[in-house]
Amino acid sequence: MNIWEKKITAFIGPSGCGKSTLLRTFNRMYQLYPSQEARGEIMMDGMNILDKKQDVNMLRAKVGMVFQKPTPFPMSIFDNVAFGVKLYETLNRNELEERVEWALQKAALWEEVKDKLNQSGISLSGGQQQRLCIARTIAVKPEVVLLDEPTSALDPISTARIEDLIFTLKEDYTIVIVTHNMQQAARVSDYTAYMYLGELIEFADTDTIFTKPKQKATEDYITGKFG
Amino acid sequence: MTFGLFWLSWILFTLFEKGLGGISMAIFTQMTPAPGSTGGLLNAITGSLAMVILATLIGTPIGIMAGTYLAEYGQRSWLAPITRFINDILLSAPSIVIGLFVYTVYVAKMGHFSGWAGALALSLIVIPVVVRTTEDMLRLIPDSLREAAAALGAPQWKIVTLVTWRASKVGIMTGVLLAIARISGETAPLLFTSLNNQFWNADMNQPMANLPVVIFQFAMSPYENWQELAWTGALLITLSVLGLNIAARFFLRKQVSLN
Repeated sequence: MNIWEKKITAFIGPSGCGKSTLLRTFNRMYQLYPSQEARGEIMMDGMNILDKKQDVNMLRAKVGMVFQKPTPFPMSIFDNVAFGVKLYETLNRNELEERVEWALQKAALWEEVKDKLNQSGISLSGGQQQRLCIARTIAVKPEVVLLDEPTSALDPISTARIEDLIFTLKEDYTIVIVTHNMQQAARVSDYTAYMYLGELIEFADTDTIFTKPKQKATEDYITGKFG
Repeated sequence: MTFGLFWLSWILFTLFEKGLGGISMAIFTQMTPAPGSTGGLLNAITGSLAMVILATLIGTPIGIMAGTYLAEYGQRSWLAPITRFINDILLSAPSIVIGLFVYTVYVAKMGHFSGWAGALALSLIVIPVVVRTTEDMLRLIPDSLREAAAALGAPQWKIVTLVTWRASKVGIMTGVLLAIARISGETAPLLFTSLNNQFWNADMNQPMANLPVVIFQFAMSPYENWQELAWTGALLITLSVLGLNIAARFFLRKQVSLN
């Protein structure tokens, strides 16, 4: 399957079908756990990212990830966003402040936090924390952003804000989103992949998947007969 | 709880009753006296402080590093379970055994008791306490936080130093405080290592006075002024240990509410 540049690709499917597992191979997150391994090839910019020669940390700087639960670091809002930037770039104070503001603007959080950048990231609400995590991810200017059920821990209003945000981020980034919410996939994505029991059942543009899927299994799932 | 509180308050009451009368400026300004004359506990207090601080400075970094290894790096290694097992043994080792050990490997070789030996023995008690609390506190940090840092491309040592240490800072500090509280009252390891000194001594290579051993000697003696000083010393130690424990409690609560 192909994941198109500057488009939103959604993975849907019942729990345990391997959506998140697949997503976690794209930045080799599985590698944190010694018992997990990946076989095959994932090509990005003509390089196999599963190759041993690929520097994992450089890969993760290019392929950012946002998780299901908001995970702000135990430091100030400013430092949360600056954390990733400081790892790979040496910016002076001014440039760093500009970058942090830029990322927070992009994540539609700037207006809410601009007066309290020194407060702890943990003091924010759940929806704000998740947008902080998105700001932190895009602050390092990745090429790809992986979103692993980014709204499943949030209320409907926060979810709507994050979805709007994802939609605008498409202009600059390639986005892959895992969701078990079919409406969400239909609303935000350009391409959708349906997975079941670890297999990719069908992959096509979102309209096709939701209006005239080729596979019976996909149709059953999206019409609610199963899942 | 009432049962525990009853004994604690009885102990405190006895200590205050017998020890409070002896507290005066002289305690903090004069040396331990000869039998029958007046004096204070200055050399014992400073000796105790010096050895406790030194032991903490030696033991804390080793303990934090070992605890970090166990929690963050050792998952795959066969070394980690063995280290953890040995650490648990060390944690429950009778302190007199540690005193005898340092006596054999250090005091006997050097040919004299010394403050260094005392600090070394105490640091051997600090290490397992700090290792254990560091590991426990780091394990409280959810993996999702480590993943989030890794997802930004942070190498593991930066994840540990910038994120997980920071998140468990208060808890680790609590462990250090508990370790200090534990060694402040230890007598057995000091009997064989730093022994005691009637006089002022700032040389760590010489035998060094310290509160627990002074209490031990003075309380056993037939001289009334020595016995009174022993009670006062006991009150001082108890109050400082109590204070450290309360501080540790306070920090621990803060850490738990952070997670």
